[in-house]
Amino acid sequence: MIKRIFKPKRQSSQVINYVVLTLALLFALGPLVVLGFNSVKSTAEAMANPLGPPSKIHLENYPNAWAEGKLSTTARNSAILVAGTVAGVLVLGGLAAFSLSRLDPPGSNLFMLYMLGGSTLPTFLFLVPLYSLWRILGLVDTLHGLILIYIALNSPFAIFLLRSYMVQIPRDFEDAARVDGAGELQVLTKVILPLAWPGFLTVGLVTALGVWGEFQIALIFVHVPELFPITTSYWYFTTRYSRDWSLTSAAAVMMIAPVLIFFFSLQRQFIEGLTQGGLKA
Amino acid sequence: MSRLQEIRHWFRGRTFRKKILPWLLILPILLIHLLVVIGPSLGAFYYSLTDWSGIGAADFIGLNNFRTLLGDVNFRKAFSNNLIWSAFFLTVPFVLALVVASLLAGVRRGAMFYRATIFLPYVLPSVITASIWSNLLNPRLGIGAQLAKLGIPGFNRAFLGNPGTVLLSVAFIDNWHFWGFLMVLFLAAMQNISPDLYDSAKIDGANRFQEFRHVTIPGIRPTLLFMFMMIAIWSFLVFDYVWLLTQGGPAGASEVLGTFLFKEAFNRFEAGYASAIGLTMSFFAVLIIGLFGFLRRRGWEI
Repeated sequence: MIKRIFKPKRQSSQVINYVVLTLALLFALGPLVVLGFNSVKSTAEAMANPLGPPSKIHLENYPNAWAEGKLSTTARNSAILVAGTVAGVLVLGGLAAFSLSRLDPPGSNLFMLYMLGGSTLPTFLFLVPLYSLWRILGLVDTLHGLILIYIALNSPFAIFLLRSYMVQIPRDFEDAARVDGAGELQVLTKVILPLAWPGFLTVGLVTALGVWGEFQIALIFVHVPELFPITTSYWYFTTRYSRDWSLTSAAAVMMIAPVLIFFFSLQRQFIEGLTQGGLKA
Repeated sequence: MSRLQEIRHWFRGRTFRKKILPWLLILPILLIHLLVVIGPSLGAFYYSLTDWSGIGAADFIGLNNFRTLLGDVNFRKAFSNNLIWSAFFLTVPFVLALVVASLLAGVRRGAMFYRATIFLPYVLPSVITASIWSNLLNPRLGIGAQLAKLGIPGFNRAFLGNPGTVLLSVAFIDNWHFWGFLMVLFLAAMQNISPDLYDSAKIDGANRFQEFRHVTIPGIRPTLLFMFMMIAIWSFLVFDYVWLLTQGGPAGASEVLGTFLFKEAFNRFEAGYASAIGLTMSFFAVLIIGLFGFLRRRGWEI
Protein backbone atom coordinates (compact mmCIF):
# COMPACT_ATOMS: atom_id res chain seq x y z
CA MET A 1 0.00 0.00 0.00
CA ILE A 2 2.64 2.45 1.10
CA LYS A 3 4.58 1.86 -2.06
CA ARG A 4 1.51 2.73 -4.13
CA ILE A 5 0.80 5.91 -2.24
CA PHE A 6 4.30 7.26 -2.66
CA LYS A 7 4.67 6.09 -6.22
CA PRO A 8 5.17 9.15 -8.41
CA LYS A 9 2.24 9.64 -10.78
CA ARG A 10 3.28 9.89 -14.40
CA GLN A 11 0.99 12.83 -15.02
CA SER A 12 2.57 14.06 -18.22
CA SER A 13 2.34 10.72 -19.97
CA GLN A 14 -1.42 10.52 -19.35
CA VAL A 15 -2.09 13.19 -21.94
CA ILE A 16 -1.76 10.72 -24.77
CA ASN A 17 -4.15 8.36 -22.95
CA TYR A 18 -6.82 11.02 -22.80
CA VAL A 19 -6.30 12.10 -26.40
CA VAL A 20 -6.79 8.57 -27.73
CA LEU A 21 -9.63 7.82 -25.32
CA THR A 22 -11.43 10.98 -26.36
CA LEU A 23 -11.06 10.04 -30.02
CA ALA A 24 -12.58 6.63 -29.23
CA LEU A 25 -15.36 8.36 -27.33
CA LEU A 26 -16.13 10.66 -30.26
CA PHE A 27 -16.13 7.70 -32.62
CA ALA A 28 -18.76 6.00 -30.46
CA LEU A 29 -20.87 9.08 -29.80
CA GLY A 30 -20.56 11.00 -33.08
CA PRO A 31 -23.03 8.91 -35.07
CA LEU A 32 -25.52 9.06 -32.18
CA VAL A 33 -25.22 12.82 -31.96
CA VAL A 34 -25.89 13.09 -35.70
CA LEU A 35 -28.93 10.86 -35.21
CA GLY A 36 -30.18 13.16 -32.47
CA PHE A 37 -29.60 16.24 -34.66
CA ASN A 38 -31.44 14.78 -37.62
CA SER A 39 -34.37 13.70 -35.48
CA VAL A 40 -35.31 17.35 -34.87
CA LYS A 41 -34.62 18.80 -38.34
CA SER A 42 -37.18 19.42 -41.02
CA THR A 43 -37.00 16.90 -43.87
CA ALA A 44 -35.58 19.59 -46.16
CA GLU A 45 -32.92 20.60 -43.67
CA ALA A 46 -31.87 16.99 -43.09
CA MET A 47 -31.14 16.80 -46.81
CA ALA A 48 -29.36 20.16 -47.02
CA ASN A 49 -27.41 19.79 -43.78
CA PRO A 50 -27.31 16.07 -42.99
CA LEU A 51 -24.56 16.10 -40.34
CA GLY A 52 -24.56 19.44 -38.52
CA PRO A 53 -26.76 20.69 -35.69
CA PRO A 54 -30.32 21.77 -36.55
CA SER A 55 -31.04 25.43 -37.19
CA LYS A 56 -34.60 25.11 -35.90
CA ILE A 57 -36.00 22.41 -33.64
CA HIS A 58 -38.87 20.41 -35.11
CA LEU A 59 -40.23 18.36 -32.26
CA GLU A 60 -43.29 17.42 -34.30
CA ASN A 61 -41.09 14.82 -36.02
CA TYR A 62 -41.60 12.63 -33.00
CA PRO A 63 -45.39 12.34 -33.06
CA ASN A 64 -45.22 12.09 -36.86
CA ALA A 65 -42.70 9.25 -36.73
CA TRP A 66 -44.69 7.57 -33.97
CA ALA A 67 -47.77 7.59 -36.21
CA GLU A 68 -46.08 6.85 -39.57
CA GLY A 69 -43.90 4.11 -38.07
CA LYS A 70 -46.95 2.59 -36.32
CA LEU A 71 -44.92 2.61 -33.16
CA SER A 72 -47.96 2.27 -30.93
CA THR A 73 -48.47 -1.21 -32.38
CA THR A 74 -44.87 -2.25 -32.78
CA ALA A 75 -43.65 -0.90 -29.43
CA ARG A 76 -46.50 -2.78 -27.80
CA ASN A 77 -45.52 -5.97 -29.63
CA SER A 78 -41.92 -5.58 -28.58
CA ALA A 79 -42.97 -4.85 -25.01
CA ILE A 80 -45.02 -8.06 -24.99
CA LEU A 81 -42.04 -9.99 -26.35
CA VAL A 82 -39.71 -8.51 -23.76
CA ALA A 83 -42.11 -9.03 -20.85
CA GLY A 84 -42.99 -12.58 -21.87
CA THR A 85 -39.42 -13.62 -22.46
CA VAL A 86 -38.04 -12.00 -19.32
CA ALA A 87 -40.81 -13.50 -17.18
CA GLY A 88 -40.31 -16.94 -18.73
CA VAL A 89 -36.54 -16.86 -18.43
CA LEU A 90 -36.55 -15.59 -14.85
CA VAL A 91 -39.25 -17.96 -13.57
CA LEU A 92 -38.31 -21.11 -15.45
CA GLY A 93 -34.58 -20.42 -15.47
CA GLY A 94 -34.76 -19.42 -11.81
CA LEU A 95 -36.50 -22.67 -10.85
CA ALA A 96 -33.92 -24.71 -12.75
CA ALA A 97 -31.02 -22.76 -11.27
CA PHE A 98 -32.49 -23.16 -7.78
CA SER A 99 -32.77 -26.89 -8.25
CA LEU A 100 -29.26 -27.19 -9.68
CA SER A 101 -27.61 -25.10 -7.00
CA ARG A 102 -29.50 -26.17 -3.87
CA LEU A 103 -31.26 -29.51 -4.38
CA ASP A 104 -28.46 -31.51 -6.04
CA PRO A 105 -30.63 -33.49 -8.43
CA PRO A 106 -29.03 -36.76 -9.50
CA GLY A 107 -27.45 -36.28 -12.92
CA SER A 108 -27.27 -32.48 -12.66
CA ASN A 109 -23.75 -32.42 -14.12
CA LEU A 110 -25.09 -34.08 -17.22
CA PHE A 111 -27.74 -31.41 -17.51
CA MET A 112 -25.17 -28.62 -17.17
CA LEU A 113 -23.11 -30.23 -19.87
CA TYR A 114 -26.20 -30.47 -22.04
CA MET A 115 -26.94 -26.76 -21.56
CA LEU A 116 -23.33 -25.84 -22.30
CA GLY A 117 -23.42 -27.88 -25.49
CA GLY A 118 -26.86 -26.58 -26.40
CA SER A 119 -25.77 -22.99 -25.98
CA THR A 120 -22.97 -23.38 -28.50
CA LEU A 121 -25.23 -24.70 -31.27
CA PRO A 122 -25.50 -21.99 -33.92
CA THR A 123 -28.99 -20.70 -34.68
CA PHE A 124 -28.46 -21.53 -38.33
CA LEU A 125 -28.27 -25.24 -37.49
CA PHE A 126 -31.83 -25.51 -36.24
CA LEU A 127 -33.49 -22.52 -37.87
CA VAL A 128 -34.94 -24.23 -40.92
CA PRO A 129 -36.42 -27.33 -39.21
CA LEU A 130 -37.61 -25.08 -36.37
CA TYR A 131 -39.49 -22.91 -38.85
CA SER A 132 -41.33 -25.88 -40.33
CA LEU A 133 -42.05 -27.25 -36.85
CA TRP A 134 -43.46 -23.86 -35.85
CA ARG A 135 -45.65 -23.88 -38.96
CA ILE A 136 -47.04 -27.27 -38.05
CA LEU A 137 -47.69 -26.16 -34.47
CA GLY A 138 -49.33 -22.93 -35.69
CA LEU A 139 -46.71 -20.81 -33.91
CA VAL A 140 -45.49 -18.86 -36.94
CA ASP A 141 -46.89 -15.32 -36.93
CA THR A 142 -47.65 -15.39 -33.23
CA LEU A 143 -45.96 -13.49 -30.46
CA HIS A 144 -46.01 -16.43 -28.05
CA GLY A 145 -44.27 -18.56 -30.66
CA LEU A 146 -41.49 -15.99 -30.80
CA ILE A 147 -41.39 -15.77 -26.99
CA LEU A 148 -40.87 -19.54 -26.73
CA ILE A 149 -37.88 -19.31 -29.06
CA TYR A 150 -36.42 -16.38 -27.16
CA ILE A 151 -36.85 -18.18 -23.84
CA ALA A 152 -35.03 -21.22 -25.19
CA LEU A 153 -32.17 -19.18 -26.63
CA ASN A 154 -31.69 -17.17 -23.45
CA SER A 155 -32.09 -20.05 -21.01
CA PRO A 156 -28.53 -21.46 -20.95
CA PHE A 157 -27.04 -18.08 -20.11
CA ALA A 158 -29.76 -17.43 -17.52
CA ILE A 159 -29.33 -20.79 -15.83
CA PHE A 160 -25.55 -20.49 -15.64
CA LEU A 161 -25.60 -16.97 -14.30
CA LEU A 162 -28.41 -17.51 -11.79
CA ARG A 163 -26.84 -20.74 -10.60
CA SER A 164 -23.50 -19.00 -10.06
CA TYR A 165 -25.27 -16.41 -7.87
CA MET A 166 -27.19 -19.07 -5.94
CA VAL A 167 -24.28 -21.39 -5.15
CA GLN A 168 -22.58 -18.51 -3.37
CA ILE A 169 -25.36 -18.30 -0.79
CA PRO A 170 -24.23 -20.14 2.36
CA ARG A 171 -26.13 -23.33 3.12
CA ASP A 172 -26.57 -22.22 6.74
CA PHE A 173 -29.22 -19.68 5.75
CA GLU A 174 -31.20 -22.34 4.03
CA ASP A 175 -30.76 -24.85 6.84
CA ALA A 176 -31.94 -22.31 9.39
CA ALA A 177 -35.09 -21.78 7.35
CA ARG A 178 -35.65 -25.52 7.07
CA VAL A 179 -35.28 -25.98 10.80
CA ASP A 180 -38.03 -23.40 11.15
CA GLY A 181 -40.19 -25.65 9.02
CA ALA A 182 -39.87 -24.00 5.58
CA GLY A 183 -40.54 -26.12 2.50
CA GLU A 184 -38.57 -25.93 -0.74
CA LEU A 185 -40.81 -23.24 -2.15
CA GLN A 186 -40.42 -21.08 0.93
CA VAL A 187 -36.66 -21.58 0.87
CA LEU A 188 -36.69 -20.31 -2.69
CA THR A 189 -38.90 -17.27 -2.13
CA LYS A 190 -37.79 -16.27 1.36
CA VAL A 191 -34.09 -17.11 1.33
CA ILE A 192 -32.70 -17.54 -2.17
CA LEU A 193 -34.64 -14.86 -4.07
CA PRO A 194 -33.78 -11.95 -1.78
CA LEU A 195 -30.11 -12.90 -1.78
CA ALA A 196 -29.77 -13.72 -5.47
CA TRP A 197 -31.80 -10.81 -6.82
CA PRO A 198 -28.81 -9.00 -8.39
CA GLY A 199 -28.43 -12.09 -10.57
CA PHE A 200 -32.08 -11.90 -11.55
CA LEU A 201 -31.72 -8.21 -12.33
CA THR A 202 -28.70 -8.84 -14.55
CA VAL A 203 -30.34 -11.71 -16.41
CA GLY A 204 -33.52 -9.70 -16.82
CA LEU A 205 -31.66 -6.71 -18.24
CA VAL A 206 -29.55 -8.70 -20.65
CA THR A 207 -32.53 -10.72 -21.86
CA ALA A 208 -34.70 -7.63 -22.25
CA LEU A 209 -32.00 -5.83 -24.21
CA GLY A 210 -31.49 -8.81 -26.50
CA VAL A 211 -35.19 -9.24 -27.23
CA TRP A 212 -35.83 -5.50 -27.73
CA GLY A 213 -33.19 -5.40 -30.48
CA GLU A 214 -33.60 -8.89 -31.92
CA PHE A 215 -33.94 -8.88 -35.70
CA GLN A 216 -33.07 -12.16 -37.38
CA ILE A 217 -35.59 -14.50 -35.75
CA ALA A 218 -38.35 -11.92 -35.78
CA LEU A 219 -37.71 -11.39 -39.50
CA ILE A 220 -38.16 -15.09 -40.19
CA PHE A 221 -41.03 -15.96 -37.86
CA VAL A 222 -43.35 -12.97 -38.10
CA HIS A 223 -44.69 -11.67 -41.43
CA VAL A 224 -47.90 -9.96 -40.33
CA PRO A 225 -47.41 -6.18 -39.98
CA GLU A 226 -49.75 -6.01 -36.96
CA LEU A 227 -47.39 -8.34 -35.10
CA PHE A 228 -44.08 -6.80 -36.15
CA PRO A 229 -41.75 -5.90 -33.31
CA ILE A 230 -39.98 -2.54 -33.52
CA THR A 231 -36.91 -4.00 -35.23
CA THR A 232 -38.38 -5.54 -38.35
CA SER A 233 -40.98 -2.79 -38.67
CA TYR A 234 -38.26 -0.15 -38.38
CA TRP A 235 -36.33 -1.84 -41.14
CA TYR A 236 -39.32 -1.80 -43.49
CA PHE A 237 -40.00 1.77 -42.38
CA THR A 238 -36.48 2.92 -43.32
CA THR A 239 -36.70 1.26 -46.70
CA ARG A 240 -40.03 2.99 -47.36
CA TYR A 241 -38.93 6.40 -46.03
CA SER A 242 -35.27 6.18 -47.03
CA ARG A 243 -35.31 9.81 -48.19
CA ASP A 244 -36.84 11.18 -45.01
CA TRP A 245 -34.00 11.15 -42.54
CA SER A 246 -35.74 13.36 -40.03
CA LEU A 247 -38.62 10.92 -39.70
CA THR A 248 -36.51 7.75 -39.54
CA SER A 249 -34.10 9.38 -37.08
CA ALA A 250 -36.92 10.42 -34.78
CA ALA A 251 -38.29 6.87 -34.84
CA ALA A 252 -34.80 5.53 -34.07
CA VAL A 253 -34.38 7.88 -31.12
CA MET A 254 -37.68 6.68 -29.66
CA MET A 255 -36.60 3.07 -30.08
CA ILE A 256 -33.28 3.51 -28.34
CA ALA A 257 -34.45 5.93 -25.65
CA PRO A 258 -35.52 3.18 -23.22
CA VAL A 259 -32.27 1.32 -23.90
CA LEU A 260 -30.19 4.40 -23.14
CA ILE A 261 -32.13 5.25 -20.00
CA PHE A 262 -31.72 1.74 -18.61
CA PHE A 263 -28.12 1.53 -19.73
CA PHE A 264 -27.00 4.72 -18.03
CA SER A 265 -28.94 4.09 -14.84
CA LEU A 266 -27.86 0.46 -14.46
CA GLN A 267 -24.54 0.62 -16.25
CA ARG A 268 -22.67 -1.76 -13.98
CA GLN A 269 -25.26 -4.57 -14.16
CA PHE A 270 -25.52 -4.14 -17.91
CA ILE A 271 -21.82 -4.30 -18.59
CA GLU A 272 -21.23 -7.16 -16.16
CA GLY A 273 -24.15 -9.15 -17.48
CA LEU A 274 -23.28 -8.64 -21.10
CA THR A 275 -19.64 -9.51 -20.63
CA GLN A 276 -20.29 -12.56 -18.44
CA GLY A 277 -23.04 -13.88 -20.61
CA GLY A 278 -21.33 -12.26 -23.50
CA LEU A 279 -20.75 -15.52 -24.96
CA LYS A 280 -23.74 -15.18 -27.13
CA ALA A 281 -23.26 -12.89 -30.08
CA MET B 1 -53.85 -45.07 6.06
CA SER B 2 -56.27 -43.56 3.60
CA ARG B 3 -55.37 -43.09 -0.05
CA LEU B 4 -55.17 -39.33 0.36
CA GLN B 5 -52.82 -39.57 3.31
CA GLU B 6 -50.70 -41.98 1.36
CA ILE B 7 -50.31 -39.48 -1.46
CA ARG B 8 -49.50 -36.68 0.95
CA HIS B 9 -47.01 -38.88 2.66
CA TRP B 10 -45.35 -39.67 -0.65
CA PHE B 11 -45.06 -35.96 -1.53
CA ARG B 12 -43.28 -35.36 1.77
CA GLY B 13 -41.18 -38.45 1.35
CA ARG B 14 -37.52 -38.67 0.61
CA THR B 15 -37.76 -40.00 -2.96
CA PHE B 16 -39.99 -37.15 -4.02
CA ARG B 17 -38.01 -34.42 -2.27
CA LYS B 18 -34.57 -35.64 -3.27
CA LYS B 19 -35.10 -37.09 -6.72
CA ILE B 20 -38.34 -36.03 -8.34
CA LEU B 21 -38.91 -32.46 -7.19
CA PRO B 22 -35.47 -31.23 -8.32
CA TRP B 23 -36.11 -32.53 -11.82
CA LEU B 24 -39.66 -31.22 -11.90
CA LEU B 25 -38.20 -27.74 -11.41
CA ILE B 26 -35.77 -28.21 -14.29
CA LEU B 27 -38.28 -29.85 -16.59
CA PRO B 28 -40.15 -26.82 -18.04
CA ILE B 29 -37.08 -25.05 -19.35
CA LEU B 30 -35.56 -28.32 -20.48
CA LEU B 31 -38.67 -29.13 -22.52
CA ILE B 32 -38.68 -25.71 -24.17
CA HIS B 33 -35.00 -26.02 -24.99
CA LEU B 34 -35.50 -29.51 -26.41
CA LEU B 35 -38.41 -28.32 -28.52
CA VAL B 36 -36.71 -25.22 -29.90
CA VAL B 37 -33.05 -26.15 -30.12
CA ILE B 38 -32.28 -29.83 -29.82
CA GLY B 39 -35.18 -31.40 -31.69
CA PRO B 40 -34.80 -29.15 -34.76
CA SER B 41 -31.00 -29.54 -34.61
CA LEU B 42 -31.38 -33.30 -34.85
CA GLY B 43 -33.95 -32.74 -37.56
CA ALA B 44 -31.37 -30.73 -39.50
CA PHE B 45 -29.15 -33.80 -39.77
CA TYR B 46 -31.94 -35.70 -41.48
CA TYR B 47 -33.26 -32.89 -43.64
CA SER B 48 -29.74 -32.10 -44.89
CA LEU B 49 -29.96 -35.46 -46.65
CA THR B 50 -33.25 -34.66 -48.36
CA ASP B 51 -34.80 -32.62 -51.11
CA TRP B 52 -37.39 -30.67 -49.15
CA SER B 53 -39.30 -27.44 -49.66
CA GLY B 54 -39.93 -26.93 -45.97
CA ILE B 55 -43.54 -28.05 -46.23
CA GLY B 56 -44.74 -31.61 -46.53
CA ALA B 57 -42.71 -34.69 -47.34
CA ALA B 58 -38.94 -34.71 -47.78
CA ASP B 59 -37.29 -36.92 -50.42
CA PHE B 60 -34.21 -38.70 -49.19
CA ILE B 61 -31.33 -37.99 -51.57
CA GLY B 62 -28.30 -39.03 -49.54
CA LEU B 63 -25.32 -36.73 -49.72
CA ASN B 64 -26.46 -34.94 -52.89
CA ASN B 65 -26.96 -31.59 -51.12
CA PHE B 66 -23.39 -31.62 -49.91
CA ARG B 67 -22.14 -32.54 -53.37
CA THR B 68 -24.11 -29.66 -54.87
CA LEU B 69 -22.77 -27.37 -52.17
CA LEU B 70 -19.15 -28.11 -53.06
CA GLY B 71 -19.74 -27.04 -56.64
CA ASP B 72 -22.02 -24.09 -55.87
CA VAL B 73 -20.29 -20.82 -56.84
CA ASN B 74 -22.57 -18.87 -54.50
CA PHE B 75 -21.48 -21.05 -51.61
CA ARG B 76 -17.83 -20.57 -52.47
CA LYS B 77 -18.26 -16.83 -52.73
CA ALA B 78 -20.08 -16.73 -49.40
CA PHE B 79 -17.48 -18.93 -47.76
CA SER B 80 -14.56 -16.82 -48.97
CA ASN B 81 -16.39 -13.70 -47.82
CA ASN B 82 -16.75 -15.30 -44.40
CA LEU B 83 -13.01 -15.90 -44.35
CA ILE B 84 -12.37 -12.23 -45.15
CA TRP B 85 -14.89 -11.34 -42.46
CA SER B 86 -13.00 -13.53 -39.95
CA ALA B 87 -9.67 -12.00 -40.94
CA PHE B 88 -11.15 -8.54 -40.35
CA PHE B 89 -12.72 -9.37 -36.99
CA LEU B 90 -9.69 -11.26 -35.71
CA THR B 91 -7.49 -8.22 -36.26
CA VAL B 92 -9.20 -4.81 -36.37
CA PRO B 93 -11.34 -5.02 -33.20
CA PHE B 94 -8.53 -6.77 -31.34
CA VAL B 95 -6.01 -4.03 -32.06
CA LEU B 96 -8.52 -1.25 -31.31
CA ALA B 97 -9.71 -2.92 -28.11
CA LEU B 98 -6.21 -3.74 -26.87
CA VAL B 99 -4.86 -0.25 -27.44
CA VAL B 100 -7.84 1.54 -25.93
CA ALA B 101 -8.22 -0.87 -23.00
CA SER B 102 -4.57 -0.52 -22.04
CA LEU B 103 -4.79 3.27 -22.23
CA LEU B 104 -8.00 3.21 -20.22
CA ALA B 105 -6.44 0.94 -17.58
CA GLY B 106 -3.79 3.64 -17.07
CA VAL B 107 -6.15 6.46 -16.12
CA ARG B 108 -8.34 7.10 -13.09
CA ARG B 109 -10.26 10.29 -13.72
CA GLY B 110 -13.30 9.66 -15.90
CA ALA B 111 -12.44 5.99 -16.42
CA MET B 112 -16.00 4.80 -15.73
CA PHE B 113 -17.45 7.39 -18.07
CA TYR B 114 -15.11 6.48 -20.92
CA ARG B 115 -15.76 2.79 -20.40
CA ALA B 116 -19.54 3.17 -20.49
CA THR B 117 -19.59 5.49 -23.49
CA ILE B 118 -17.23 3.43 -25.60
CA PHE B 119 -19.32 0.38 -24.73
CA LEU B 120 -22.58 2.15 -25.59
CA PRO B 121 -22.86 1.21 -29.30
CA TYR B 122 -22.89 -2.44 -28.26
CA VAL B 123 -26.34 -2.09 -26.70
CA LEU B 124 -27.96 -0.53 -29.77
CA PRO B 125 -30.28 -2.70 -31.88
CA SER B 126 -28.64 -3.75 -35.13
CA VAL B 127 -31.40 -2.12 -37.20
CA ILE B 128 -30.55 1.26 -35.69
CA THR B 129 -26.79 0.94 -36.15
CA ALA B 130 -27.28 -0.15 -39.74
CA SER B 131 -29.64 2.72 -40.49
CA ILE B 132 -27.39 5.36 -38.90
CA TRP B 133 -24.35 4.19 -40.84
CA SER B 134 -26.04 3.69 -44.17
CA ASN B 135 -26.96 7.38 -43.89
CA LEU B 136 -23.45 8.37 -42.83
CA LEU B 137 -21.96 6.46 -45.74
CA ASN B 138 -24.44 7.85 -48.24
CA PRO B 139 -22.29 9.10 -51.15
CA ARG B 140 -24.36 12.23 -51.78
CA LEU B 141 -25.15 13.29 -48.23
CA GLY B 142 -22.97 11.41 -45.79
CA ILE B 143 -19.53 12.01 -44.33
CA GLY B 144 -17.78 11.55 -47.66
CA ALA B 145 -19.95 14.17 -49.37
CA GLN B 146 -19.32 16.69 -46.58
CA LEU B 147 -15.58 16.04 -46.76
CA ALA B 148 -15.70 16.61 -50.50
CA LYS B 149 -17.39 19.97 -49.87
CA LEU B 150 -14.50 20.87 -47.57
CA GLY B 151 -12.11 19.99 -50.36
CA ILE B 152 -11.16 16.47 -49.25
CA PRO B 153 -12.16 14.22 -52.15
CA GLY B 154 -12.10 10.44 -52.33
CA PHE B 155 -14.58 9.55 -49.59
CA ASN B 156 -17.78 10.48 -51.41
CA ARG B 157 -18.09 7.02 -52.87
CA ALA B 158 -20.88 4.48 -52.61
CA PHE B 159 -19.00 2.29 -50.17
CA LEU B 160 -22.00 0.01 -49.77
CA GLY B 161 -22.85 -0.03 -53.45
CA ASN B 162 -19.46 -0.95 -54.82
CA PRO B 163 -18.51 -4.65 -54.99
CA GLY B 164 -14.91 -3.78 -54.12
CA THR B 165 -15.66 -1.98 -50.85
CA VAL B 166 -19.00 -3.36 -49.72
CA LEU B 167 -17.86 -6.26 -47.55
CA LEU B 168 -15.30 -4.29 -45.58
CA SER B 169 -17.74 -1.41 -45.21
CA VAL B 170 -20.33 -3.70 -43.65
CA ALA B 171 -17.61 -5.17 -41.43
CA PHE B 172 -16.59 -1.65 -40.40
CA ILE B 173 -20.18 -0.87 -39.37
CA ASP B 174 -20.60 -4.13 -37.45
CA ASN B 175 -17.29 -3.44 -35.75
CA TRP B 176 -18.33 0.08 -34.76
CA HIS B 177 -20.98 -1.57 -32.64
CA PHE B 178 -18.85 -4.51 -31.51
CA TRP B 179 -15.36 -3.44 -30.51
CA GLY B 180 -16.36 -1.62 -27.32
CA PHE B 181 -17.58 -4.94 -25.97
CA LEU B 182 -14.19 -6.50 -26.58
CA MET B 183 -12.52 -3.47 -25.04
CA VAL B 184 -14.50 -3.86 -21.81
CA LEU B 185 -13.64 -7.57 -21.63
CA PHE B 186 -9.94 -6.81 -22.07
CA LEU B 187 -10.12 -3.97 -19.57
CA ALA B 188 -11.67 -6.27 -16.95
CA ALA B 189 -8.92 -8.82 -17.57
CA MET B 190 -6.22 -6.13 -17.33
CA GLN B 191 -7.58 -4.93 -14.01
CA ASN B 192 -7.05 -8.42 -12.63
CA ILE B 193 -3.32 -8.29 -13.32
CA SER B 194 -1.41 -7.80 -10.09
CA PRO B 195 0.00 -4.24 -9.80
CA ASP B 196 3.19 -5.76 -8.40
CA LEU B 197 4.03 -7.05 -11.86
CA TYR B 198 3.88 -3.51 -13.25
CA ASP B 199 5.98 -2.24 -10.36
CA SER B 200 8.69 -4.78 -10.93
CA ALA B 201 8.63 -4.05 -14.65
CA LYS B 202 9.22 -0.41 -13.82
CA ILE B 203 12.06 -1.29 -11.49
CA ASP B 204 13.58 -3.22 -14.37
CA GLY B 205 13.36 -0.04 -16.40
CA ALA B 206 10.66 -1.18 -18.82
CA ASN B 207 9.07 1.50 -20.98
CA ARG B 208 5.33 1.59 -21.71
CA PHE B 209 5.53 -0.59 -24.77
CA GLN B 210 7.68 -3.18 -23.00
CA GLU B 211 5.22 -3.16 -20.10
CA PHE B 212 2.38 -3.77 -22.54
CA ARG B 213 4.27 -6.51 -24.32
CA HIS B 214 5.67 -8.35 -21.29
CA VAL B 215 3.10 -7.73 -18.55
CA THR B 216 -0.26 -6.80 -20.05
CA ILE B 217 -0.43 -9.26 -22.95
CA PRO B 218 0.66 -12.33 -20.93
CA GLY B 219 -1.65 -11.19 -18.13
CA ILE B 220 -4.77 -11.23 -20.28
CA ARG B 221 -3.71 -14.16 -22.45
CA PRO B 222 -6.56 -16.49 -21.42
CA THR B 223 -9.17 -13.84 -22.27
CA LEU B 224 -7.37 -12.99 -25.49
CA LEU B 225 -7.28 -16.56 -26.71
CA PHE B 226 -10.81 -17.33 -25.61
CA MET B 227 -12.18 -14.33 -27.46
CA PHE B 228 -10.08 -15.24 -30.46
CA MET B 229 -11.90 -18.57 -30.54
CA MET B 230 -15.34 -17.07 -29.95
CA ILE B 231 -14.91 -14.44 -32.64
CA ALA B 232 -13.64 -17.04 -35.09
CA ILE B 233 -16.89 -18.93 -34.49
CA TRP B 234 -19.16 -15.87 -34.53
CA SER B 235 -17.69 -14.57 -37.74
CA PHE B 236 -19.09 -17.62 -39.53
CA LEU B 237 -22.55 -16.83 -38.20
CA VAL B 238 -22.87 -13.19 -39.19
CA PHE B 239 -26.27 -12.26 -40.55
CA ASP B 240 -27.91 -9.07 -39.24
CA TYR B 241 -25.59 -6.39 -40.57
CA VAL B 242 -25.18 -7.94 -44.01
CA TRP B 243 -28.90 -8.48 -44.40
CA LEU B 244 -29.83 -5.03 -43.14
CA LEU B 245 -27.29 -3.15 -45.23
CA THR B 246 -26.97 -5.05 -48.49
CA GLN B 247 -28.77 -8.40 -48.36
CA GLY B 248 -25.62 -9.88 -49.79
CA GLY B 249 -25.40 -7.50 -52.72
CA PRO B 250 -24.42 -5.91 -54.98
CA ALA B 251 -24.32 -9.02 -57.14
CA GLY B 252 -23.32 -11.28 -54.26
CA ALA B 253 -20.28 -9.19 -53.35
CA SER B 254 -21.17 -9.24 -49.65
CA GLU B 255 -22.90 -12.63 -49.57
CA VAL B 256 -22.03 -14.61 -46.44
CA LEU B 257 -23.12 -18.09 -45.42
CA GLY B 258 -25.89 -16.71 -43.20
CA THR B 259 -27.54 -14.66 -45.95
CA PHE B 260 -26.97 -17.45 -48.45
CA LEU B 261 -28.75 -19.93 -46.17
CA PHE B 262 -31.58 -17.47 -45.56
CA LYS B 263 -32.21 -17.02 -49.27
CA GLU B 264 -32.11 -20.73 -50.01
CA ALA B 265 -34.50 -21.52 -47.17
CA PHE B 266 -37.00 -18.68 -47.27
CA ASN B 267 -36.80 -17.20 -50.77
CA ARG B 268 -36.11 -20.30 -52.85
CA PHE B 269 -37.76 -22.82 -50.50
CA GLU B 270 -34.80 -25.21 -50.68
CA ALA B 271 -35.13 -26.17 -47.01
CA GLY B 272 -33.17 -29.41 -47.40
CA TYR B 273 -30.31 -27.61 -49.07
CA ALA B 274 -30.46 -24.85 -46.45
CA SER B 275 -30.25 -27.47 -43.70
CA ALA B 276 -27.10 -28.78 -45.34
CA ILE B 277 -25.66 -25.24 -45.34
CA GLY B 278 -26.56 -24.83 -41.65
CA LEU B 279 -24.88 -28.12 -40.84
CA THR B 280 -21.78 -27.08 -42.75
CA MET B 281 -21.66 -23.77 -40.84
CA SER B 282 -21.93 -25.66 -37.55
CA PHE B 283 -19.19 -27.96 -38.70
CA PHE B 284 -16.86 -24.98 -39.00
CA ALA B 285 -17.71 -23.99 -35.43
CA VAL B 286 -16.96 -27.50 -34.20
CA LEU B 287 -13.73 -27.46 -36.19
CA ILE B 288 -12.61 -24.23 -34.53
CA ILE B 289 -13.47 -25.52 -31.05
CA GLY B 290 -11.65 -28.75 -31.87
CA LEU B 291 -8.60 -26.84 -33.07
CA PHE B 292 -8.43 -24.88 -29.83
CA GLY B 293 -8.92 -28.04 -27.80
CA PHE B 294 -6.08 -29.64 -29.75
CA LEU B 295 -3.75 -26.68 -29.19
CA ARG B 296 -4.58 -26.72 -25.50
CA ARG B 297 -3.63 -30.38 -25.26
CA ARG B 298 -0.40 -29.58 -27.01
CA GLY B 299 0.50 -27.46 -24.03
CA TRP B 300 -0.87 -24.07 -25.00
CA GLU B 301 -2.20 -22.27 -21.98
CA ILE B 302 -5.67 -21.43 -23.14
